[in-house]
Amino acid sequence: MIQVQNLTKRYGPRTAVDSLNFEVRRGEIVGFLGPNGAGKSTTMKILTGFMPATEGTATVAGFDVFDSPIEVKRNIGFLPENPPVYTEMSVEDYLRFTTRLHGVEKSRIESAVTTAIEKTVLGDVRKRLIGNLSKGYRQRVGIAQAIAHNPQVLILDEPTVGLDPKQIIEIRKLIKELAGEHTIILSTHILPEVTATCDRVIVINKGRIAAQDTLDRLTTRIQQGRIYSLAVRNLTPDGIAAIRAIPGIKAVSDSASTAESRLTVEILPEAGEVRDRITETVVSHRMGLLEFVAEKLSLEEIFLQLTTEENL
Amino acid sequence: MKNIWTIASRDFKSYFTSPIAYILIAGFLAIMGWMFFFNLSYFNMQNMQALQMNLGKGVSITDGIIRPLYGNMNVIFLFLVPFITMRLLAEERKNSTIQLLLTAPVSLAEIILGKFLSSFLLVLVMLALTATYPAVLFLFGNPDPGPILMSYLGTALLVGCYLAFGLLFSAMTENQIVAGALTFAFGLFFWLINWAAQSVGSTWGDILNYLSLINHYNNFSQGVLNSTDIIYYLSFIGLGLFLTHRVLDSFRWR
Repeated sequence: MIQVQNLTKRYGPRTAVDSLNFEVRRGEIVGFLGPNGAGKSTTMKILTGFMPATEGTATVAGFDVFDSPIEVKRNIGFLPENPPVYTEMSVEDYLRFTTRLHGVEKSRIESAVTTAIEKTVLGDVRKRLIGNLSKGYRQRVGIAQAIAHNPQVLILDEPTVGLDPKQIIEIRKLIKELAGEHTIILSTHILPEVTATCDRVIVINKGRIAAQDTLDRLTTRIQQGRIYSLAVRNLTPDGIAAIRAIPGIKAVSDSASTAESRLTVEILPEAGEVRDRITETVVSHRMGLLEFVAEKLSLEEIFLQLTTEENL
Repeated sequence: MKNIWTIASRDFKSYFTSPIAYILIAGFLAIMGWMFFFNLSYFNMQNMQALQMNLGKGVSITDGIIRPLYGNMNVIFLFLVPFITMRLLAEERKNSTIQLLLTAPVSLAEIILGKFLSSFLLVLVMLALTATYPAVLFLFGNPDPGPILMSYLGTALLVGCYLAFGLLFSAMTENQIVAGALTFAFGLFFWLINWAAQSVGSTWGDILNYLSLINHYNNFSQGVLNSTDIIYYLSFIGLGLFLTHRVLDSFRWR
């Protein structure tokens, strides 16, 4: 649905986007992740036909964004960082305007507007002026605007910003529902959002793609070796030494508090399965095993590793 | 064409969903009404005197009422146009609704023509409301319809020039006050540009006289339709809209 090849954008001597290559298949939700100034917005602006690229090509729904921007724009629903709403208009008037602007036939405007209002749960405020609505509602009006003309591709720049937790959950649910019939690119730096909604992540840093993969594979790729965390009733020095002696163990650290004691065991990447041996050792040294967890790197940590380390 | 109308009608309606249109129209009609009353009573006094002193025919309605009335109307528009155009694109930029327009399947030219048309329609509404004055004149007198119609045409074209450049200045900044101030200064400058005509020699004088916005209006107010004047006004409008296109287009490269 979206193909990007060697996409480069330079602002004078500064390179904002440096030969990006990626592809988004029909019905996929792809998360665009990156620190501020990484080139996310620039890439989105090029994809929406707002801005031409310096080099490379991008096609959306089969149309080249440079050669046929009007067709590309017709097939894209775009939610910019700030919802582009006219505060002096009512919700339904605004949506009538945007659908008309996107070339929806006159006879189908009303049904398109009603569908968009239903999907974004704006029924209660459809006759109210947008200027009198809260930030959360305006954001939803912005999303309604992006989906109202039923585009094949949705490009959402930080869609849940400014919403309360309940609304965030609703919007994420909405985005998941929209996938399938729409192809979605979503940029965010709220990382759990990616975990909650996206099939695939493209991490952009300094105008280059730092990584692109599914979340699971990204996690395992980054996580060099494994880490297990154990809660025990009482720590014994012998026991710790015994665990350390198991082959494949890189390091063992312990922390004790009144409630429970914790052992953190780092395993070398090349080691095989050692979990059974660790439990055996803990039990045989009568340390009282309470909990055994495999620690996963959170997305924040992955993100930091990807965007700070050069040698991946 | 459909897109132009979509944009124009939205902007035109938004003049009326905010207080802008009402305030502008009310202020405009109040001043115009006062001027009409003044022109009319002065005209009556002059003609009464002419009658009493047997000075002949006196002043015609065209010279005594129509020409000063519509001449003054142009001055009032010089002050009002900045308020009409300053929001057109500056507000869109500030609220980033411009992104909606620039990522919608419409061309830049359609956006600009739609914006221009919306402001022009508001001016046409204002002009239409002043038709009550000639209506009164036709009711009680026998004015020459030529100069009246030509005055409307000339005013519409002259104000169109202000609007086109007002739109340009609105495209250049996010700040509505800046856009309005530039529009006013520009309009005033092109109004007064021929004041220096006598002191710069004949060639430059001719050029300045040709460039002056108001010089081209004089023929209209006498009921004369001259293609030079129409071409001048239309190219002035065209230039303003073209420059607006260049400014908006440059957004894409930033």
